[in-house]
Amino acid sequence: MDIGEFIKNFATQFSVFVDNTHFRDLDEWSSLNAMAILNMISKKYAVVLKPEEMKETNSIQELFNLVNSKKGK
Amino acid sequence: MNPFSLNTKTILVTGASSGIGRAISIVCSQMGANVIITGRDQFKLNQTFEMLDGIGHKQVLADLTNLSEMTELIVSLPNLDGFVSNAGIIKPIVLQYNDAEDINNLMQINAIVPMNLTRLLLQNKKINKGASLIFISSINGYNCSSIGSSIYAASKAALNGFIKGVSLELAPRSIRVNCINPGMIETDIFNESTISREELEKDKLKYPLKRYGKPEEIAYSVVYLLSDTTRWITGSNLLIDGGYTLQ
Repeated sequence: MDIGEFIKNFATQFSVFVDNTHFRDLDEWSSLNAMAILNMISKKYAVVLKPEEMKETNSIQELFNLVNSKKGK
Repeated sequence: MNPFSLNTKTILVTGASSGIGRAISIVCSQMGANVIITGRDQFKLNQTFEMLDGIGHKQVLADLTNLSEMTELIVSLPNLDGFVSNAGIIKPIVLQYNDAEDINNLMQINAIVPMNLTRLLLQNKKINKGASLIFISSINGYNCSSIGSSIYAASKAALNGFIKGVSLELAPRSIRVNCINPGMIETDIFNESTISREELEKDKLKYPLKRYGKPEEIAYSVVYLLSDTTRWITGSNLLIDGGYTLQ
């Protein structure tokens, strides 16, 4: 038995993320996630998004595109 | 005679450039105090200065995180009858995305600076007998907290503990030391944050009085604690939160 695979299997009981996942529709989505994602984007990609800007995105791909468009600006 | 008059009192207010600090400075001047205001933003500090009532006030531009600027400020001060430690910052960020610098910075501005400033004022004998020292803390820390504000809560709760020890040490000289714990006040402190306008509007409804506080509502409580009416109040944490922490 492999612990890595076990963790993956365990995780499938929860949401699976793909590029067109509408993250706001996930059962576990909350204001805590929203803040954590904004903090993550700021720290890891050096892009400061306003909450209102993030609200205009629905899928992970759209959020990725928004961050990418602002990177280095 | 108004029992809340601050006539003949000289009061130092930090973080006077905007928000709660600006309101405190203005209301203290209206109550007759001689006010010394300090802040980091020259333009905004001067705006506050222009709004003060009466004459004889003073403004000192200083970055209090810089120990030499803090020392310069202390040396330039007359003796004080009141000190209002108000300067503070908030940066909503969940714990796992803080780095060491974020934590140091928040603790420094919100907790370490007020402690050092108080220490230096005492060491330089700038605090008159019978003076009143007031620290603007928050409900966030002592009473409750919220996501993204664990370090902020820790920095503010540090003040609630600090005043208890200091009030004991200064009681023999009749110097009173108190904290005010406001709930959310309408200022521009959240303008550039990760909390949206919509979330703030929703948050307001959690207050039994269905609104945030106004800066002057904190300023009036500062006047109360600075005035001679409260000569028997020390080491207390005054809650002003529109009922938020009742539920």
